[in-house]
Order: sequence, then C-alpha cells, then structure tokens
Amino acid sequence: MEGLSTRHLLGIKDLKEQDIQLIFETSDNFKQIINRSIKKVPSLRDVTIANIFFENSTRTRISFELAEKRLSADIVNFSASSSSVSKGETLIDTVNNILAMKVDMVVMRHPAPGACIFLAKNVKSQIINAGDGTHEHPTQALLDAYSIREKLGGLAGKKILIVGDILHSRVALSNILCLKKLGAEVKVCGPPTLIPKFISTLGATVEYDLKKALAWCDVANMLRIQHERQDFKYFPSLREYSMQYGLTLDVLKAIGKEIVIMHPGPINRGVEITSEVADSGQAIILEQVENGVAVRMAVLYLLAAQVES
Amino acid sequence: MQRRQILDAHKLSIILQRLALEIAENHGHFQNTAIIGLQPRGIIVARRLYQKLKEITGNENIKFGELDSTFYRDDFRRGSSPLVPNSIKLDFIVEDKKVILIDDVLYTGRSVRSALNALADFGRPLKTELLVLIDRVHNRELPIEPNYVGEKIDTRAHDKVEVLWKENGAKDEVWIITKN
Repeated sequence: MEGLSTRHLLGIKDLKEQDIQLIFETSDNFKQIINRSIKKVPSLRDVTIANIFFENSTRTRISFELAEKRLSADIVNFSASSSSVSKGETLIDTVNNILAMKVDMVVMRHPAPGACIFLAKNVKSQIINAGDGTHEHPTQALLDAYSIREKLGGLAGKKILIVGDILHSRVALSNILCLKKLGAEVKVCGPPTLIPKFISTLGATVEYDLKKALAWCDVANMLRIQHERQDFKYFPSLREYSMQYGLTLDVLKAIGKEIVIMHPGPINRGVEITSEVADSGQAIILEQVENGVAVRMAVLYLLAAQVES
Repeated sequence: MQRRQILDAHKLSIILQRLALEIAENHGHFQNTAIIGLQPRGIIVARRLYQKLKEITGNENIKFGELDSTFYRDDFRRGSSPLVPNSIKLDFIVEDKKVILIDDVLYTGRSVRSALNALADFGRPLKTELLVLIDRVHNRELPIEPNYVGEKIDTRAHDKVEVLWKENGAKDEVWIITKN
C-alpha cells in the first residue's frame, strides 16, 4: 500500500481522503496497542522528535508526548517561555539549532497562523502542526473525525454541528475541512460576530439559533470562547453568550433525540456547556482524548516512514 | 521467469494432516497450549491446523490467536512505503502457556524474530515453538529454526515462493518462481 501523500502534516487542507482513511486504519491498530498491558512498540526507536511549543497546551502536548513514547521515539521538549526565543532568536534559527543536534521530526505549536508552513519551507525536518494560531489544528480534526467514525460507524452523510467561536478557532477550520473531505455535512452555529463572513465557501452552512441547529445534527462539537485571541468584545457578556449558545440539559432534552456531544477541551464549564451535559452519557469528550493518542501515533508512524535513515 | 509447482492440493492436505498429528503428539489435549498464526500469511495455515486439531483432540476450547508484528520489524524506514499493519486477535495472555507460532514460509527468519518480540508483550510463555509449512533452507539471516516443518525446499535468494489457498479464491498450491 502507498504511504501518505504529504511529507509534513501542516493542515488538513493538504491531505487527500485516502490519506485520512489510511491514518484511521492505522489508528485502529494503535488503539488496540494502547489498550493492552504493554502499551509500547519499538517502531520509532531510531527517530528523534522535538516538541516545540510556543503556546500553552496540556492535552495536545501530553498526547503527542505519550504517542511518541509509545512508539519508542526519543523526544526533546521545548517551550518558548524557558528558551532563547526570549533573547531574540528567530524561529528558523531556533529550529535549525535543534535540528543540528540530529532531530528528525518537529511537532510545533505556534500563535502565528502559517508558522508551520513557513518552517516547512525553510528547514529540512518534517513538521507536524500541533496548532498554528487561528489557522489549523490537523491532529485535533483527525481525532474528532476518528471519534465520530468510531461512535457512528462512519462519516459519510452524517450531520455535524460546530458551535461557538468559529472565527478564532483552528479546531473549527480543520474540522470543517476534514469532515467535508469525508463526506459529512457541516453546520456552524454561534453569534454572528463570531462566524467568519465567507464560511460558506468551505461548504459549511450557518444557523444562528442553537435549538434549530441541534435539532438538525447527529453530533454537536462545542467549542470554547478563545478569549486570548479576541481583540475586542464580540458579544455583550459571557452570561448572555451562555444563555444563547450554552448547551444545557434542558436544551438537550427539548430537541427530542439523542445526539453525540463533543468538546476539544479545555472546557469552560457553565459557559459553552454545563457540567451535567459534559459528564453525561452522550458526551464522548474523554474518548476523544483517548483516541488522540492513537491518532497521533498513526500520524507519527506514517510520517516517520519518510524520515531518511 | 519460470514457475514450478512444489505442492498440489492433495500433497498439501497430507502435509497439514501430518503436521497436526505431530503437534498433537507433543501437546496432548492442548490444555495449556495456544496456537498463534502470524499475520498476514500464516493465518490460513494456522486456521486450517486449528480446525484439524479440534477434530483430533476433541477439545473445542483450544486457544487460538492471530499476531501481527509490523511494529516490531527491523526494516521500518528501509523501504519506500510504510509497513502497513494487520489486526491482532489475541484475547488471552500467553504467560506460562506453551505457544506454537505458525507461519507459511520461513525464509530469512526476520519476521519470526519480530513475532517473538511482539509475543513478549503479551506475557512470558512457558515455551515457544515454531511451525512452518515451507522452510527455505540455506537462506537464514538469523539463528532461527522451526520445530515442525511441512516441506523443506532449497531456493536461491531471488526466487519467490508462492502459497495459494482456497480461502483466497485459488486452489491449494505451492509454487516456486525463479527469475532467469
């Protein structure tokens, strides 16, 4: 079988549908492995990976680190706050210095959209995007789609709703691209100020009324308000946002059918989703986290096949 | 390119019967022995033997598994495309059990080496044996020898041995393909 059609994972935009299917099939094997008592395989024992995080992260970082460790890769971790970046070093210099120490792959999170694309053009190593500003977060989209596939048996024809701060969300963009490639229908919902103007060009429809949108969907992915990326007030108050767009048990009961609830984390309980809903049987939030390790193992494994030995 | 038949369906079925009797002789009623086929091509041999052993021993509960060792192979990143894994079906721990690993063709011994490593992640077997349908003697790159052999054949390194099965829509046959 052929491998992935790309050398880097910069965004879902560059992936073909068969790339995504190959990642899913490989993830099935890794999910089996991380659920047995010895959770480790030696595949990447001669590969060194640097995790470079210029932005805060808990889940993604731990998930990548575990995925790398379970593939037996050697890893180095780097966060911007404790590095020479604060002394004025450029991104290319920083990364090239790390690569000079014989690192094969770089996992990077960066606040600037396109930072990974820039890096891929300027350094030799393979780059995996762990989130670049408001642009893309490809592994999150892959694990979200994988979790839906696992729960509903497939993506084709499924109706997926994404609620919240679509404007600032890289998860939303990557998810829309990924879900459309797999044949799902996608609708976004949120306050008009947080819905990008040309979202329909990606093939997603828009609904401003949460109840109508929920009644339409099979799966609702609830996103967090990205306060750290908002340059001014997009809505009057969090309380008002939560009254209009927060997912509560009452709203969920009112739609009269069972839907799957997802959240990429971190959750702001009581804002976009209440605790009762987040902890209910319909939520697959922790399954998403578990699948994240398997999907990242698959991505690393498939890309590592292209590392020159 | 020359194709030469080594085994036909009749000869193959006699060999499988003989192999089943041989392991039954050594393992009695399979109270503590597990049969494990190696993915991808050892699976059919293993399934055939498993059926025969159930008939021979009368034990319907023989432990049976399918092991994939893709992630343990030593040629990852040395070919042009990634190694594609197969599924593992092993719902028991091999700790303190006797294990018979089953593959179709033993050649360099490298895939058996990776299978032994993969097996170690499911516990420490009391004893591990190896059964192969075809042993390509004189081609080993590792010190690995089978305990049970269907047919020994002498091949050159660039020859190919092809094992065909009814289950895959062919006739039960073994061929050797020689490049001129």
